[in-house]
Amino acid sequence: MRKLVQSFIAVLLLSLLLLYVSNRLNEAGGYAGDNTLIVYNWGDYIDPKLITMFEKQTGLKVIYQTFDSNEAMMAKIAQGGTTFDVAVPSEYAISKMKEEGLLLPLDHKKLPNLKYIDPRFLNLSFDPNNRYSVPYFWGTVGIVYNRNMLGGKKITSWNDLWDKELRNQILLIDGAREVMGMALNSLHYSLNDTNKAHLQEAKRKLDALVPNVKAIVGDEIKILIPNEEAAIGVVWSGDAAEMIAENDKLDYVVPKEGSNLWFDNMIIPKTAKNIEGAHQFINFMLDPKHAAQNAEYVGYATPNKQALQYLPKEITEDKRFYPDFDKIGHLEVYENLGKRMLAYYNELFLEFKMHRK
Amino acid sequence: MKNSVRNVYLFPYILWIALCVVAPIALIVYDSFFDIEGHWTLENYEKFFTPVYLKMTLSSFWYAFLITLFSLIIAYPTAYLLTKTKHKQLWLLMIILPTWVNLLLKVYAFLGIFGTFGLANAVLNAVGIGTKQILFTDFSFVFVSVYIFIPFMVLPIFNALEELNPSLVDAARDLGASAWTTFRRVVFPLTLDGVKAGCQAVFIPALSLFMITRLIAGNRVITLGTAIEEHFLVTQDWGMGATIAVFLIMIMAFVVVLTGNRR
Repeated sequence: MRKLVQSFIAVLLLSLLLLYVSNRLNEAGGYAGDNTLIVYNWGDYIDPKLITMFEKQTGLKVIYQTFDSNEAMMAKIAQGGTTFDVAVPSEYAISKMKEEGLLLPLDHKKLPNLKYIDPRFLNLSFDPNNRYSVPYFWGTVGIVYNRNMLGGKKITSWNDLWDKELRNQILLIDGAREVMGMALNSLHYSLNDTNKAHLQEAKRKLDALVPNVKAIVGDEIKILIPNEEAAIGVVWSGDAAEMIAENDKLDYVVPKEGSNLWFDNMIIPKTAKNIEGAHQFINFMLDPKHAAQNAEYVGYATPNKQALQYLPKEITEDKRFYPDFDKIGHLEVYENLGKRMLAYYNELFLEFKMHRK
Repeated sequence: MKNSVRNVYLFPYILWIALCVVAPIALIVYDSFFDIEGHWTLENYEKFFTPVYLKMTLSSFWYAFLITLFSLIIAYPTAYLLTKTKHKQLWLLMIILPTWVNLLLKVYAFLGIFGTFGLANAVLNAVGIGTKQILFTDFSFVFVSVYIFIPFMVLPIFNALEELNPSLVDAARDLGASAWTTFRRVVFPLTLDGVKAGCQAVFIPALSLFMITRLIAGNRVITLGTAIEEHFLVTQDWGMGATIAVFLIMIMAFVVVLTGNRR
């Protein structure tokens, strides 16, 4: 018993000591009081050198945290445990967060670099006059495929994926809206369709795809496709750019039936403590040179018009990742369909996953 | 006087039970009666009895059963051999060692090993069988799960075997029982508690596995755990997620009662 008490006290003392040391370390590192800035972003979605540069310029310390879905990010901001100062949600998440009062309005006077953004990306339906958000990156959902593994066969449409020869060759991303959207588009319906008969039809069409689907995976897809684990992947454009950089036999196509066009945007959530610093950070990222550096690192398309001149021509002239705007009329932005409809999408997606070969 | 001292000792225990056991379960049960818009409903329970969720429950059971079975088949002889070795503790440590490595890391390693160009297929090629799809199959899912759960099966069985009085085995042999009879009539019944404890420690977490279903089975295996994760994180239908959790708790309680000691 005595030994037990002794060891208990020892553990307690050790923890207190560690707590003290970590506090001191935080202070020494500058992580104290109001000179920190907590940035909440998607994983691997910023050039770390830019963070260092920002810290040097402003004297602020950036704490960088990541999420892997809009839903998880919203849950954490709504719950309010951490004082996130800047976050980067997609467009449909922004309209939802606006409804739930999770956003703080931006002060445009503190964002002079907003003028460099291409006007086509401003004043979009999910946030009129950019009251709450400024664009960060944009892109599409499409098909990445391995030319060699397909023996030179070209993929141009969603319906090509149903080809019987592609048995066990397709990897899908684990997203209900992306996969359901693909099926809806292949039937020439809108990917924001809320007609249950159409959705059931899309689900039946997906069931027919099952023999061709090797797996439904998350971020691992960025390793699996370049490693030639499967010939085809349904992915976001920037992930495709990253994969092509690793394996030059890969190609990316936005299917002709239509697909998703998305925008990720910087916002200041209501949890923010350092609102001044958040504006500084957003303005810093809007600087054309910084935006260009970031775009080159991350691989997604930048909405910053002035940044394009700092990027190599082979990037900005690649129509796969910087498609002409007048040619993407068939692309749609996700709308906030409401909780009930989203639950229905997810239920159908779950049933599709359970469908056996 | 004595009573009040005992009450003081009981206090942390009661606090723990109230905050960390009763409260969360009560919250889950409470949540399960609300629909996605926050209205009171029994709809979630009705939905659980639709083919989708019943099928999911059955397949969760089936995979958890397979995982437990294979773990037992491998763990019992292993534990038995361990008790016969010279440096028991060292060998036991070797079996426990993998549990010190982060679960996700181990699972990611299997992505590489089982891949088309991975080690496993290289071996299959070398012996002339040729490349097979290993990743994203039922086999790889059960294999990786068994690999992860085996230490939890070995430990209780090892302890039970250690506690077994060797003179009982000697007596059985002296009285003419064959090795197999000795095992069947003496050793196995006396270590049954260890086997039960091991099965509980494997079956119950196996029932609600989720990360492995996506990483190794590529979402080709859907368990109740996957559905709960999806409802809480993606759909935000906490009511349905909680309802599945309520059923899982009931199923687990049932398993514990079934394998428990009736004394």
